[in-house]
Amino acid sequence: MTVAPAPTTTELKLDQLFPGEATPDARKGYSGYIVKPDKLVEVATALRDQHGYDYCSSVTGVDYLEQGQCEAVYHLYNTKTGGPAVVIKAQAPRDNAVLPSLTPVWPGADFQEREAWDLYGIKFTGHPDLKRILMWEGFHGHPMRKDWKEAYYEQEGKPFDARWPGGQVHRSEEKNPFGHNVAYPEGFTLEGWSEQADKAVYDSLPTGGHGSTEEGMRTDLVTVNLGPQHPSTHGVFRIVATLDGETIVKLEPVMGYLHRNHEKIGERNTFIQNIPFTDRLDYITSMSNNHGYVLAVEKLMGLKPPERAEYLRVMMVELTRIVNHTWAIGFLLNDLGAFFTPVLYVAKERELILDVFEATAGSRMMCNYMRFGGVSRDITPEAFQQVKDMVYDRLPRLLDEIDTYLTNSEIVRTRSIGVGVLSAADAAAYSVGGPVLRASGVAYDVRKAEPYSIYDRFDFNTAVRYQGDNYDRYLVRLDECRESLKILRQVCEQMPAGEIQAGKPQYQARVPAGEAYGRVENPKGELGYYVISTGKANAYRYHVRAPSFINLTPFGKMSVGHKIADVVAILGSIDIVLGEVDR
Amino acid sequence: MSSIAKELANPDVPVSAELQNNVFITTIDKIYNWSRRNSMWPMMFGLACCAIEMICTAASRFDFSRFGMEVMRPSARQADMMIVSGTVTKKMVPQIVRLYNQMPEPKYVVAMGACASGGGPFKEGYNVVSGIDKFIPVDVYIPGCPPTPQALLNGLITLQKKIDGQSITQVPWYRAGKSEPIPVPILGPDLIDPRHAPLLRQRAAEAAAAQMNAAQPAEAAPAGPTA
Repeated sequence: MTVAPAPTTTELKLDQLFPGEATPDARKGYSGYIVKPDKLVEVATALRDQHGYDYCSSVTGVDYLEQGQCEAVYHLYNTKTGGPAVVIKAQAPRDNAVLPSLTPVWPGADFQEREAWDLYGIKFTGHPDLKRILMWEGFHGHPMRKDWKEAYYEQEGKPFDARWPGGQVHRSEEKNPFGHNVAYPEGFTLEGWSEQADKAVYDSLPTGGHGSTEEGMRTDLVTVNLGPQHPSTHGVFRIVATLDGETIVKLEPVMGYLHRNHEKIGERNTFIQNIPFTDRLDYITSMSNNHGYVLAVEKLMGLKPPERAEYLRVMMVELTRIVNHTWAIGFLLNDLGAFFTPVLYVAKERELILDVFEATAGSRMMCNYMRFGGVSRDITPEAFQQVKDMVYDRLPRLLDEIDTYLTNSEIVRTRSIGVGVLSAADAAAYSVGGPVLRASGVAYDVRKAEPYSIYDRFDFNTAVRYQGDNYDRYLVRLDECRESLKILRQVCEQMPAGEIQAGKPQYQARVPAGEAYGRVENPKGELGYYVISTGKANAYRYHVRAPSFINLTPFGKMSVGHKIADVVAILGSIDIVLGEVDR
Repeated sequence: MSSIAKELANPDVPVSAELQNNVFITTIDKIYNWSRRNSMWPMMFGLACCAIEMICTAASRFDFSRFGMEVMRPSARQADMMIVSGTVTKKMVPQIVRLYNQMPEPKYVVAMGACASGGGPFKEGYNVVSGIDKFIPVDVYIPGCPPTPQALLNGLITLQKKIDGQSITQVPWYRAGKSEPIPVPILGPDLIDPRHAPLLRQRAAEAAAAQMNAAQPAEAAPAGPTA
């Protein structure tokens, strides 16, 4: 375990480094630099090679309908020194949105550019395999564009007039001629039309070729599907793999089976209405999802929560981290064949933590706990006592128990050591985050690299392991749980009395115009929220940088050469939650 | 008399005292439903957040093996009950309908949570189906987002009560003739329910007629309202 280097504070002046190619973003409330599209790859390469920005955290599209521009926004970080992001943006006209792909510079941009193509129709030239990722091939239109209306469209922003007191509440399907949530292009019929949803997936895999075994036996390549309904894919995730015998030749993750339009709905919702929606992203860790979102909006509003609220937030988030990591270890063991017994052990303790959440926030899983400038409710003395019991007694015992039974288990070791190796260079290049990144030897933790909330006060270490295999990803989670306990003990000792909300609780947040990026170290990795406000009641752009989604980028690469049975273990060690992968 | 015999015995049929410990008389319906309702095998199939609460219901604190439901089968062909636990998306619904068609009769569907029941908080989304009952028949709806394990258990007990009320003479799976599978939706420009093909054709014809009218605006009357 090492301590991550102290974050730098020097800010790069891109307009001086690349005169004429990068100009500061002068729009009110905006930051970063606008780079000329034809110079984008050049600037990106220089940032990576000369300035150490080796980590392309977030790529997202924005549709500026009035200006007629589509914009791609890139958040870049330096994993060696930490510190704030360098934000670069590139613009292209909406009707011909073409930008150069940055996948050759940062392979981690792969899935994110595909998402921007899928939802915004920004064509990234030079992308190795630009196809839809969340919706299916053949879907009409790019749904996140501002002029694209869904079948149940009512109004630009909430609250909808029809739902306002005195208005008539109606069921949307009653107005739709099909009685479903569907809309087709004018004049569409089934005659002469053929389905192409799966074609793009199979096209990217080798078919009909021959493999060969070590004994020189000639074999056929076979393409198989795992999922979207499969007990080992942790939800509705689909893996399409080409096999030579039992060995993976190429693997393609297919997602979108739980794409529930979080961002499109989020741009209709008022700011405060989005908090319960963030719960449902990574539904194991709702507390820390809240945290990232309120931080982003608090940046825009210039709010600072009172001390007690900060401590309550950190307490809930760190409890969530332990819930997530022990749960992930339980399900990793499921995938390794120890069906459900390890899960029962961790579920027992999880229930006790959920009791605290229920007593404090009112709900077991979907806590909806944090508010702009504070938290919704104070913790009761009984619940606080239960937290102390957990922190000082039960949770350390649980971790020791896991450690005793699993860490040296022969089966766990043989199935996971050396399996699914991800090198340190690849881990940063593929933009993975959280335990997956740190198990590969990159000591990058947002809580240390760019401390938010009150994390700079606590004494804890960044857990790092160096082999980058399944076993180290398991160990790093165990280490992180122990570090979280360290933080929790300090929280329990230092918990101040006082207010839990800055100012009066508000039902309608007034958010000044501008953009903000709030990021937290979620248990699964860096969770970022990119929010653009125009001063209205709802966000103009609301993007989630989902760690589970981006951690899947190197999944294909990690699996090649392993047996099909190892793929489920590798997936288990990456630890995904489909609500966040697909959003 | 054992407790099971007490539960099942038909009080209208007298059994002589010396036989009461060995023989009990019941109806076919009662014994048929009693044995089915106490070994409902759910399909191991999770969609979204609700699946986590389903796992909690299976785990030690709530433990639905008390109701004979702990044998979760990953294969649809071995399952009696499908718990639709989460948001049904357009991309996923063809698979769900296919799984439902693969389940052997008797089969039951439980819509767990707001999303599976009617679209829930994500109803307005462009990739969200407004409840699984748009495609497959649902036996029990469980409200909640997500329903707590207690709510899920209550829903499952409700399903057991529903089974208790069925009669072997009436159930569809012992009727003569073949049961028809539900047509599997197609992923087109939007989700296509094959049952809507005639309506699609009609609307396309109307759109074509409207275009013709627009081309020759003079004499033709405007096309009637669509749908």
